[in-house]
Amino acid sequence: MAIQAMEVTQRSATRSMPGVAPATKVAKLIDISKCIGCKACQVACMEWNDVRDEIGTNVGVYDNPPDLSANSYTVMRFSEVEFEAGKLEWLIRKDGCMHCADPGCLKACPAPGAIVQYSNGIVDFVPEHCIGCGYCIAGCPFDVPRLSKKTGKVSKCTLCSDRVAVGQEPACVKTCPTKAITFGTKDDMIKQAAGRITDLKSRGYKNAGLYDPKGVGGTHVMYVLQHADKPEAYNALPRDPGISPMVSVWKGITQPILSAALGLAVFGALIHYVTAGPKAKHEEE
Amino acid sequence: MPQDIQRYTTPERVNHWVVAASFVLLTISGLALFQPEFFVLSYALGGGTWSRILHPFIGVVLMLGFGRTTIKFWNDNKITDADRQWMKRIGDVIRNRDEGLPEVGKYNAGQKYLFWTWVVTILLLFVSGIVMWQPWFTPYFTVGVVRVAVLVHAFSAFVAILGLIVHVYSGVMWVRGSLRAMTQGTVTASWAKHHHPAWYRSVSKGAK
Repeated sequence: MAIQAMEVTQRSATRSMPGVAPATKVAKLIDISKCIGCKACQVACMEWNDVRDEIGTNVGVYDNPPDLSANSYTVMRFSEVEFEAGKLEWLIRKDGCMHCADPGCLKACPAPGAIVQYSNGIVDFVPEHCIGCGYCIAGCPFDVPRLSKKTGKVSKCTLCSDRVAVGQEPACVKTCPTKAITFGTKDDMIKQAAGRITDLKSRGYKNAGLYDPKGVGGTHVMYVLQHADKPEAYNALPRDPGISPMVSVWKGITQPILSAALGLAVFGALIHYVTAGPKAKHEEE
Repeated sequence: MPQDIQRYTTPERVNHWVVAASFVLLTISGLALFQPEFFVLSYALGGGTWSRILHPFIGVVLMLGFGRTTIKFWNDNKITDADRQWMKRIGDVIRNRDEGLPEVGKYNAGQKYLFWTWVVTILLLFVSGIVMWQPWFTPYFTVGVVRVAVLVHAFSAFVAILGLIVHVYSGVMWVRGSLRAMTQGTVTASWAKHHHPAWYRSVSKGAK
């Protein structure tokens, strides 16, 4: 990939944006059928972003740490499933930000510029503008952002925007030993996924497919799933994610209507004062 | 010149202004976090982060102060048949045609309905506010509950602020002679006779 301009196309709590030159969209493709669960991507992520999680305790499964956190932008989630009796499948999904084309976090954020979307599709948090309200957590359809009690800021996978900007692939991609994670233009990644899906189908995975959910406008992190008909089997990957209608109402029509009504109420009081006037009869006595 | 009548005691007045100050600060910081166009208001409390930190604590102050108000004035605000008759003539009240209105006690029906509006909305704001309170309480609720809470919070705040506009306008501009009840604590006898005749009779009887 060449060096990227990465102009800001969407900015939280900001209504109008200048038009920017259309840019090639990027994507990370995670081929779950090739993942061996080595967690090298987690290590590379910690290394590049210089974050270290607390040492935890074993919770009885391989997931370590057990959940995403303000210091763990990605976590391998291990699911043991038996679609056919006696045929165990180990589905290992690298969880993290999906970089939605229509990001619920950005929509929910009240702090101008705390969440931005770049012209190449990357959704990034800008800590110096973040106020720590956690609205993005309510806005996210994938339960990804995490608020740090220590810093009072939310964090998540940046898709290594600082690496991508200078023509490098994300750290997890660079380190993945089986090439289960690849990075490139979104078009190329879709093509590559198509090849993998054909291969998987020829090997008996009839329902293999690409996870690029349309409900959020597509994502810039996509999965190749052996069982695309059962995304829930991959540690509750949502079948049809989208921005919650509650969040859309809250951040949509509600704002202009309620604010206009409050403004009109104040103005109405003024007009009442000018027309009906004060109740002052008792002062005449 | 008839004597002035005590309408609010000193503790009642202090409590009122604690509630009023918190209400105004909550409105300012709440609007700032509600709509991007109002984000500049967040600087009244020292910026976005300080607004986010202080808003819930001020909310607790409001809840405590208004809780006291609720308990103290619960009985004075029970809706009676006379209140329902009075509400039927709300058009005349608005046009300042006060002659022949059903007799009003300590509070008229408009004041009473405003009281109950705030009892309900402030409780809803408090409960939904706890759900939204990061980082301390939100993690205990599912994202579905949080999404309901943010909407409940926005709509309750809207209704409560509408109430505030009505309240401030009536008390400060519309009904002359009312504001001093909350500053000095007293009203004139003629004000009481005109706006709250039944209350006037009961307090002047007690004074004799």
